[in-house]
Amino acid sequence: MPRLKLFIPVFIFLALALLLWRGLYLDPRTLPSVLIDKPLPDFELPTVEGGEQLVSKADLPDEPFLLNVWGSYCLPCLQENPILMAAKEEGVVPIVGINYKDKLNLAQMWLEDNGSPFDYSIVDEDGRLGINLGVYGAPETFVVDANGVIRYKHIGVIDYQSWQEDIMPAIAAVKAEAAQ
Amino acid sequence: MRQKQRERCQQVLRMVPELGHFSLILSFCLCVILGTLPLVGASTGNRLWIGLARPLTAGVFVFLTLSLLVLGYSFITDDFSVRFVAQHSNTLLPIQYKITAVWGGHEGSFLFWTWMLAGWMLAVSIFSKAMPDDFVARVLGIMGLIGAGYTLFMIATSNPFDRVLPLSPVDGADLNSALQDFGFIIHPPSLYMGYVGFSVVFAFAIAALLSGRLDSAWARWSRPWANTAWAILTIGIALGSWWAYYELGWGGWWAWDPVENPPMINWLLGTALIHSLAVTEKRGVFKSWTVLLAIMAFASSLLGTFITRSGLLTSVHAFASDPTRGVYILGFLGLVVGGSLLLFALRAPLMKSEFGFAAISREVFLLANNILLVVASAAILLGTLYPMVYQAVSGGELISVGPPFFNMIFVPLMAILVVFLAMGAISRWKKTSAQYLIQQLGIVAAASVGLGVLLPLVLTTEFSIGAAIATSLGLWIVFGIVQDIRIKIANKESTLAGLKSLAVSYIGMQIAHLGFATILLGASLTSIYSVEKSVLLQAGEQMDLGDYHFEFGGTEPVTGPNFIADRATFRVFEDGEFMREMYPEKRLYTQSGSPSTEMAIDAGFWRDLFITLGEPRESGAWSMTIYIKPFVRWVWLGAILMALGAVVAVLDKRYRRLKVRDLAKADAQPGGKQNDGLQPASN
Amino acid sequence: MISLLRAPSIPCGSGPRPRSEALRFLSIAPLFNRGQARSHRVILALLLMFASLTAYAAVDAFEFETDEQQERFRTLSNEFRCPMCQNTNLTGSGGGVAEDLRREIYFMIVDGKTDEEIEQFMLERYGDFIFYRPRLMTETILLWFGPLGFLLLGGWIIAGIIRRARPQVQVNAALSDAEQERLRKLLEKVEKQD
Repeated sequence: MPRLKLFIPVFIFLALALLLWRGLYLDPRTLPSVLIDKPLPDFELPTVEGGEQLVSKADLPDEPFLLNVWGSYCLPCLQENPILMAAKEEGVVPIVGINYKDKLNLAQMWLEDNGSPFDYSIVDEDGRLGINLGVYGAPETFVVDANGVIRYKHIGVIDYQSWQEDIMPAIAAVKAEAAQ
Repeated sequence: MRQKQRERCQQVLRMVPELGHFSLILSFCLCVILGTLPLVGASTGNRLWIGLARPLTAGVFVFLTLSLLVLGYSFITDDFSVRFVAQHSNTLLPIQYKITAVWGGHEGSFLFWTWMLAGWMLAVSIFSKAMPDDFVARVLGIMGLIGAGYTLFMIATSNPFDRVLPLSPVDGADLNSALQDFGFIIHPPSLYMGYVGFSVVFAFAIAALLSGRLDSAWARWSRPWANTAWAILTIGIALGSWWAYYELGWGGWWAWDPVENPPMINWLLGTALIHSLAVTEKRGVFKSWTVLLAIMAFASSLLGTFITRSGLLTSVHAFASDPTRGVYILGFLGLVVGGSLLLFALRAPLMKSEFGFAAISREVFLLANNILLVVASAAILLGTLYPMVYQAVSGGELISVGPPFFNMIFVPLMAILVVFLAMGAISRWKKTSAQYLIQQLGIVAAASVGLGVLLPLVLTTEFSIGAAIATSLGLWIVFGIVQDIRIKIANKESTLAGLKSLAVSYIGMQIAHLGFATILLGASLTSIYSVEKSVLLQAGEQMDLGDYHFEFGGTEPVTGPNFIADRATFRVFEDGEFMREMYPEKRLYTQSGSPSTEMAIDAGFWRDLFITLGEPRESGAWSMTIYIKPFVRWVWLGAILMALGAVVAVLDKRYRRLKVRDLAKADAQPGGKQNDGLQPASN
Repeated sequence: MISLLRAPSIPCGSGPRPRSEALRFLSIAPLFNRGQARSHRVILALLLMFASLTAYAAVDAFEFETDEQQERFRTLSNEFRCPMCQNTNLTGSGGGVAEDLRREIYFMIVDGKTDEEIEQFMLERYGDFIFYRPRLMTETILLWFGPLGFLLLGGWIIAGIIRRARPQVQVNAALSDAEQERLRKLLEKVEKQD
């Protein structure tokens, strides 16, 4: 049947259309972190609150905690602040901030104005720690387990839904593990 | 009393956007009628319904024009109750950008696009007097269906006349600063127009399939349309590249961005199509292939729309992404392209078991050209969609496919294409002896390779294999053209008489090929020989690059209509002599808060100089990059030549002659005698 | 001098996030903070609507010891994709992270790191996404060799057609040049009679 050959373009097109349809429901912009299940990188940096005193990886909480990348220039950070504040009040987990590529005085003002959900905020002015964490912009939030291993990464603003559906379960899983 | 009248008048004026909306809905209705009655009429022989095609086309055009004018009016009068206007304009925007903001966003550009389609339809209905009416009715009917899809898409998912009522914003946002530019005034219109132009060729192909008349006459009717659309698309792409070059600020003129790729695919398929149409017209072969190419070229333009509008792929241009729109366009794509491919499978003539040409003949070279262009298109499509496939298969992992990949694949394919180009142009239809080819092209090959290796070596004093290959290939085309013309005019009494005797379409072809050689040389030599240097300079400091010397005179603040800027002054010396001053700027658009780099360019035939201003440092010094880009203008010059060639070819007399098989029909119809309205008096 | 132009990190020229994030944020903001959301929405809409497609050129003015180092820097910056702006390489990106990554590349080059080591550094932090030139691995074999496959397929088609090419066969629909010329003359005659 030579005419059957003429149907080849239809089939190629159908395959392509199917692929495009599938592609519509993918988000090509949110990078999955390659650092999941990897230990946090080493660092030795000052904090927004602590003046000259440096903190390092060893000073981080030895229980599961959240690592939140923020900056005073970042509007979505402002938007997720109430959720983090609520989490702090309820004592869900300790929250450590990374003040990413910011000016110290602006960061301090921001915390004063909006309230700080953080135990302390690590100052990452030149963005080196950010790079080592694969950060590409604030806000990003990591769930870190008791051994200092990154277990989950949330990119972008935390809203009520993502807090309930993504971050809380991740925290719960890590906590359950720690309890064992 | 007068007060009341004025108020009433203002109330009426406030309703103007509704008028545009209403016109849009009306054009949709007319498109639906156009897409049904004339098509049915053509297959049942209902003359009345066939006759509806032209008036309906005019109607669609009139109402879409009205819609477009209304949108323009809303921009000019700062009617921010129209959502689209509020999102893309503000009171401070200069008037010319208020007008071009019409196509500065998704909804408006779609309206503009659809209006272009209507324009092409109108052109077909006017310049088709020589074709049988039932065929024209089919062509217009198919285009009407496409138009119905576009208008419905706008009404359903992206209406440019949507209002923000009752609480309309006092002032609008801003037009993307990168779009506030002369290049943007003209780039999208020509790109869209070329894009949409391929729907004419597509409609011709489908009409031919429907009516079962895939013949030389059909190819002859299609060719001027295909050439025109191709020429406009060429210019549109070149403008986009030129705009990116001077606007995006880092000297790139082609980025293989996911949104640049579909026009490129469309252009490659269009190039294959105009060559394949030539074979079909002259020799009556490759008919099915030509039809398939027409469908693919049109499909690629729809795919381009889909990719841009759905946010499927991350891109510079993704300024309007929305999955609902994506689903709609994909459905439309599936219906139109899937339907036509099915029709193709059912109706296309089968390939003959033997062909009327020899293994070495112009037909075979043009086939090779077609295959290479389609392979290149397929490769680009593969690279464009691969990240998506990867993500779907790997469950969320992402990869990027960028310029290094595309260059590596595309450049060798084009090099092979160029080798065949000169051979195809010089060989004869049906049969060419290998001996003849070698005899004619041997000297061309020797001269182009010899000069190609020598020239770059002598001029730059260092050997670069890339430059040698590129120059050889460019000269191969150019010398091939010269040789071919020499053969053509060898028997004429004088060179002048010989040149005069050349067919217009032949001249057009050679101009276009010359343009291709120009692009090839420009693109490769600028990639090889460009130099750049980034430095940190205080006011009064200087630097050298190549044969040029730059003195940085510091910056001063300047204020534009909707931006503030720091403007730097440079004094440029060429070989020690003062040449000119250059003023790069660093702008901040006040409304959107977005910074923007305005580079200073000194354009020249042989090289461009340009300066990009970076950031000021604490010390007061500015960072800046200075570039010298040889031959970069040739890229766009070549595109202009190619487009010019295509247009010249369209002017060939044979397209204006009364067409082959319709005489009987034309005679049978009462209006038949007026059908030679396009006949030149001299014929 | 305009102080705003010196703001330390205005990623991609504007807005702190790629567009999709901004849109997602806009759509869910009212869920939990209605009063505040409206005003922020306006600001954000203004700020983020144009997150992509902004004229920006990276100008760093790093000092290199050799031209070869400078060339490597340029090549590497051109072949890494900006993880934030995503539609451009590190050279063309104004994103804060792109700036930092260029600086890291610079220091690694000056420290004598090889291209492979620099690529490994990027890969460990940002994954395969960062490479504009995809690495050759099982999943990308189709990508890298697909075009070659297309070319072979095309060559095979041409070969098949050439094999069946016969100059003497007269295809019905095709007219030779001479015949076309005759047809044209005939037609002209008919037209004149009109």
